[in-house]
Amino acid sequence: MTDAAELQRRTAELLAAHPPATTDRLDFLKARFDAGLAWVHYPEGLGGLGAPRSLQVVVDAELEAAGAPDNDPRRNGIGLGMAAPTILKYGTEEQKQRYLRPLWVGEEIWCQLFSEPGAGSDLAALGTRAVREDGGPSRLSEAESGGDWVVNGQKVWTSGAHNSRWAILIARTDPDVPKHAGITYFICDMTDPGVDVRPLRQITGEAEFNEVFLTDVRIPDSRRLGETGDGWRVAQTTLNNERVAIGGMRLPREGGMIGPVSKTWRDRPELRTQDLHQRLLKLWVDSEVARLTAERLRQQLVAGQPGPEGAGMKLAFARLNQEISGLEVELLGEEGLLYDDWTMRRPELVDFTGREAGYRYLRSKGNSIEGGTSEVLLNIVAERVLGLPAEPRTDKDVAWKDLAR
Amino acid sequence: MSAQPDLLYSEEEEALRAAVRDLLADHCDAPGVIARTESDTPHDLAAWKALADGMGLAGLLVPEDRGGQGASHREVAVVLEELGRAVAPVPYLTSAVVATEALLACDADELLAELASGRRIGALAVALNVAPGGAYKVVRHEDGALHGELTAIADARAADVLLVPADDGGLYAVDATDATVTPQVSFDLTRPLATVTLDGARGRLLGDAEAAVHRALRAGAGLLASEQFGLAEWTLTETVRYLKERKQFNRPVGGFQALKHRLAQLWLEVVNLRAAARNAADALATGADADVAVAVAQAYAASVAVHAAEEALQLHAGIGMTWEHPVHLYLKRAKSDSIAYGTAGAHRARLAELVDLQAP
Repeated sequence: MTDAAELQRRTAELLAAHPPATTDRLDFLKARFDAGLAWVHYPEGLGGLGAPRSLQVVVDAELEAAGAPDNDPRRNGIGLGMAAPTILKYGTEEQKQRYLRPLWVGEEIWCQLFSEPGAGSDLAALGTRAVREDGGPSRLSEAESGGDWVVNGQKVWTSGAHNSRWAILIARTDPDVPKHAGITYFICDMTDPGVDVRPLRQITGEAEFNEVFLTDVRIPDSRRLGETGDGWRVAQTTLNNERVAIGGMRLPREGGMIGPVSKTWRDRPELRTQDLHQRLLKLWVDSEVARLTAERLRQQLVAGQPGPEGAGMKLAFARLNQEISGLEVELLGEEGLLYDDWTMRRPELVDFTGREAGYRYLRSKGNSIEGGTSEVLLNIVAERVLGLPAEPRTDKDVAWKDLAR
Repeated sequence: MSAQPDLLYSEEEEALRAAVRDLLADHCDAPGVIARTESDTPHDLAAWKALADGMGLAGLLVPEDRGGQGASHREVAVVLEELGRAVAPVPYLTSAVVATEALLACDADELLAELASGRRIGALAVALNVAPGGAYKVVRHEDGALHGELTAIADARAADVLLVPADDGGLYAVDATDATVTPQVSFDLTRPLATVTLDGARGRLLGDAEAAVHRALRAGAGLLASEQFGLAEWTLTETVRYLKERKQFNRPVGGFQALKHRLAQLWLEVVNLRAAARNAADALATGADADVAVAVAQAYAASVAVHAAEEALQLHAGIGMTWEHPVHLYLKRAKSDSIAYGTAGAHRARLAELVDLQAP
């Protein structure tokens, strides 16, 4: 049993063998991974020690106190939050060995090739095709000797594709069965021929997302994740982890979008009006309460009793970000008529607080769309949490190729 | 800011919840509560006796060496969640929390122990709508006797002893038999108000009124959020249950997306309220950050409890408008709670000072 004392001992050993002050950043991170102190709840040999997830804080606190470098988790949110747990659960031993270490240390960044122009909220309707080169879909189950898949299609809203080494990809491998059944999950090499990443300029002026065109991209069968045709189930692991990642953040008071507008209110009394005061106080309270709910959710996760609040947190933060940033633009008056910079940039990560109010207002419009629209999440809460009857389904038993598009 | 608040429930707290819920299922079913509101004795003193005498819950906030259970606001919050779920007509918040906190601020150990045992019920003679730190009415202290009239005193009719602030700055204990307590026709039938008239009543000086009243109202406001959470959670659960059963247009009504989204939205508010109420209870128990935590909880709670009760009524449709269905008890309690111990607006104004977001 790995307990807190054992983790402290191992952390001290790591620090003694690789003093942060004199060790190269990447070397330190690799040593940390090899010592099982990267994510302690992962298995031994894969960056962990099979310890309770709740003990990660012990390691993090010791390393932070010693001034050790971190793996800059915001740069690889999709890799750490979504690709890694999916690979851990469904990957082969070879896949786990190959991908998890460079992912965790940040040498290799990941993106997610899920959404398509015709498949957003209805993600399982996706049309990107993956065809076995050595035969048709009917022979997939017996073909275990490797060989290639040939992928054709278009993905959209791919954050960070321009920085990514790898992508998690879902594609249709059997059009003759209902839409959820004919999907397979792959790991796609973003440097392969046929992968064409094009910046998608957005409402904010920048290109944080991309369109990704896949033309005759060859993916070896050894990069299939999970069984052929089982991709939807594999993707559920990814999507559930996405919502946990969004809801499980730990924020200090005023740590979110309410921070900058509260600061402006304090610093610039000449901007204050009675109407804005009432709205600001209400949003301040709502932000503090949402923060407490997120903290409660985190405490439940640590205690091993995950609650259903994750989907709800995303709904709450989307609304709050939009209302608060809208109020901030109004508060600024004449300055609210201006915008910091319309230059098309391709940022490595989304940084709400590094830009100004107008940017925050426009970017936050995406919060109720990305990672599942608020309307779809409300359905999920109603059906899975409250147990209300599901929406009538007309596509359930129809082969994908026969669906209206 | 200090360490993170503990927002979960302990195993002991869950066991306490189960015991209180069982007791209320036996004592306080909805038809019984409705019948009682129409009688001359709106308070359920049998349920009170079971909670206070049987389970020792009246003394949770009182240290063991002063005759209580030596528990904390966290346990009291769990009791109040359950009392809110049942809209139980017992003077728990008013006696075991508000009056008890006032006595804890004074040097009044004998009376404190009596309240803690549940043998006597206390009521702070301050109008129910006064916020912590807000102005309240006092009576005249003259020649060793008290004179004056105080209105909107919650649960005064059930009280054996009234804690009365006077114009000399003192807080006095007055036996209910020495005062005239006249019921007011109250909007909330399950937490009725009364007028207290003192005509030369003898009072025993307990201590400084201002400090005691402030402490009492702050605890009352903070823990009221747990009652509001319990109330909101019950109305949401009942409404979801009903909408799964009730059919119109040959479908369960709960399958219509317009209603599903409203209920999902309400669920989110209720989940948020639980975190805010839990935070207030924990802050009151530890003493850290309590003013902000109470103001946040009360600025948030009122609209959620009222919204939950209003949605329950609308979504029960015709049956929700009837006297037999208990949803009206919940709406009346929720609306009354939205004023009790300060409105959301009063708590937002307080918060503006506490977190330095000053008015123009």
